[in-house]
Amino acid sequence: MPWERLYNWSRKRSLWPLFSGLACCAIEMICAAAARFDQARFGMDIVRPSPRQADLMIVSGTVTKKMAPQIVRLYNQMAEPKYVIAMGACAISGGPFKEGYNVVSGVDQLIPVDVYVPGCPPRPEALYNAFLALHARWDRETIRGLRWYQKGADEGIPEPALGPDLVDWRLADKIAQKRSE
Amino acid sequence: MPEQVQPSQQTAGALSTLEARFPGAVQPAEYEGLVIAPDRLVEVATCLRDELGYTYLSCVTGVDYPAPTARFPARLEAVYHLFRATGGPLTLHVHAERDGLGVPSLAGVWPAANVHERETWDMLGIRFEGHPDLRRILLWEGFAGHPLRKDWHEPYYEADHKPFASRYPKGHPLRAEERTPLSCNLQYPPDWSPEGWESEAEVPVYARMDEYAAGDWRSMRTTDQIVINLGPQHPSTHGILRLVARLDGETIQQLEPVLGYLHRCHEKIGERNTWLGNVPYTDRLDYVCSMSNNFGYATAVEKLLGVEVPERAEYIRVIMAELTRVMNHLVAIGFFTNDIGVYLTAMLYALQERELIVDLFEMASGSRMMCNYFRFGGVARDLPEGFLPLAKELVYERIPRRVDELERFLVDNEVFRARTIGVGVLPPAKAIAYGCTGPLLRASGVPYDVRRVEPYSIYDTFDWDVVVRYNGDVYDRFMVRFEEMRQSLRVLRQALERLPDGPILAGKKQADVKVPAGEVYGRVESPKGELGFYLVSNGGTNPYRYRIRTPSFANLGVLGELCRGHLVADVVAILASIDVTLGEVDR
Repeated sequence: MPWERLYNWSRKRSLWPLFSGLACCAIEMICAAAARFDQARFGMDIVRPSPRQADLMIVSGTVTKKMAPQIVRLYNQMAEPKYVIAMGACAISGGPFKEGYNVVSGVDQLIPVDVYVPGCPPRPEALYNAFLALHARWDRETIRGLRWYQKGADEGIPEPALGPDLVDWRLADKIAQKRSE
Repeated sequence: MPEQVQPSQQTAGALSTLEARFPGAVQPAEYEGLVIAPDRLVEVATCLRDELGYTYLSCVTGVDYPAPTARFPARLEAVYHLFRATGGPLTLHVHAERDGLGVPSLAGVWPAANVHERETWDMLGIRFEGHPDLRRILLWEGFAGHPLRKDWHEPYYEADHKPFASRYPKGHPLRAEERTPLSCNLQYPPDWSPEGWESEAEVPVYARMDEYAAGDWRSMRTTDQIVINLGPQHPSTHGILRLVARLDGETIQQLEPVLGYLHRCHEKIGERNTWLGNVPYTDRLDYVCSMSNNFGYATAVEKLLGVEVPERAEYIRVIMAELTRVMNHLVAIGFFTNDIGVYLTAMLYALQERELIVDLFEMASGSRMMCNYFRFGGVARDLPEGFLPLAKELVYERIPRRVDELERFLVDNEVFRARTIGVGVLPPAKAIAYGCTGPLLRASGVPYDVRRVEPYSIYDTFDWDVVVRYNGDVYDRFMVRFEEMRQSLRVLRQALERLPDGPILAGKKQADVKVPAGEVYGRVESPKGELGFYLVSNGGTNPYRYRIRTPSFANLGVLGELCRGHLVADVVAILASIDVTLGEVDR
């Protein structure tokens, strides 16, 4: 459809990322935005400090259990359509810190992820490849298929809580089941 | 080696003095330092500070010995590292029962002990009696257990030491998720249930603030005080730092950093890793300057191993460390200007130069940021062809010009001066008491630089000055950084000229290094301050205790003091002038 082509084209050229750096990868993310690599070529030079104005969350670094409630809250606060890039080994799986007691084994345990960028940390070029992968995906998307127009789209993900360990409410049944065993 | 003899002389001197003053309370420790009786600790510490000149408490930590060792029974040990104007360290050990009595807090003697003791309580469960605010600092209130105790196991626990035999039980890899009951990195106490449970992790964070905000002082004539959060998602906190502030209008009445949002369990993982396997992890501590972290760890382990580093390797190390310092200060200045409202302009200038230095690192080590370049007794690879001409062009031509240019743009700027001069003043006595190091300390008029007071590597062969300024405000901290870049370039020019030929690694390349039993506190001057590694070895291929004393963590302890009475907008300026990296704060 022509309006869908127009809609996707304009989205591709005005992607506003969330200004949130978690760990080491944030430095490479900043380098990707700086003069040498120049993120502005993708229409991404407006970086929003508020999640409510952002379209793209780049999870740039290790997601710890202590930070997990905030990550979920930020994701819930972003307006649809929203996308998530898991940048670096830590955000994908926990990376070198996977065995740590305070580390979430990948941000996809908490929120849905659209593109994974491997590396520790990935080079800025690798991050650009992720943007291009997102663009390619949008070319296939239709307005009708967007999550915003689906039933139950605005329910959000229950925020985990900090207890004896991270308490993910979606696991509550499983915890109770293991306990009875 | 001379630097190894010196500390034990120090210890012997302190031991004879203290034995005469406090008979029966002091005895030599197993490897290094003194064991102090807990009931006399505060007196001994006060005597050390006031009479023997140990004014600077670098680090407090703990070690868990669940089984008796050669001379002492099973115990928890609190360990203190003290320094004086020249020389050190003096190591104090205090024994505590594993499940029982704690040790007296030294926060009243050295305010620097405050944050370190909180961390030791959090990680090891050593109760510091009389501590003003003994809460968990890296984890949260309500977390089950104290992770650095040897009998506490994480959910993905496989074995005490790497390499793990359990990874490939029948020739096939077994994923960590397949081994845990909940198929993820979570574990709960057996009697705990999520039904009807409510989180109390946030309660103690606000408890002390609310005491004041809702106190009896309220009357019709005063404004209400409010408690706000800056962070953890905030563009000016340099990562994920959270500051809880109590405000009267726009003035900060009380401010406390809440840490741990990037706590990646470096120390627990480090105790499982082989000695060499920890080098890439040190890269990720202060991820802006990975080479300096490598340097600190290599220096500490080499002290235990007693290896001599070949001369060419020493020169390469110094070149890398000083390039890192230039890079870090450029980035610090760039981010600072971003925070006070120049937005991205100055940062783009700074990052442009950083890219060129990063290119040099990539040439030498193969990675832009995480260099993993240092080995025990040398460096991993020799400098590649074409490194020296590029480095010389940067050091002689480009960077000096750019440093001058940045300084000209910023320092004469009226807004920059208005935002920095007289803001966040740190008097020298307070800086020492709080254990501040690096540019923060030197801007307060204390010319203390580890490269000068306890020269490691070959820093004593170069001609350079310790930069010092005297006002102790945000402006001076940045002037110190500008001047330190020039001094680093001075060292770099000498090192690049004199770089000798020869081997770059002592001995053979080896993966499994066995380190003789002992303990050591090795420190270097990282760009942010004193970076120390406290290592305990029991003679195996893994560290028994691997503790990192990071400058950012210690420097953050003084943030609340610096911000009191300033405006909210000044908090970001003061925070940026301390120059923290959260990977290093939370570890």
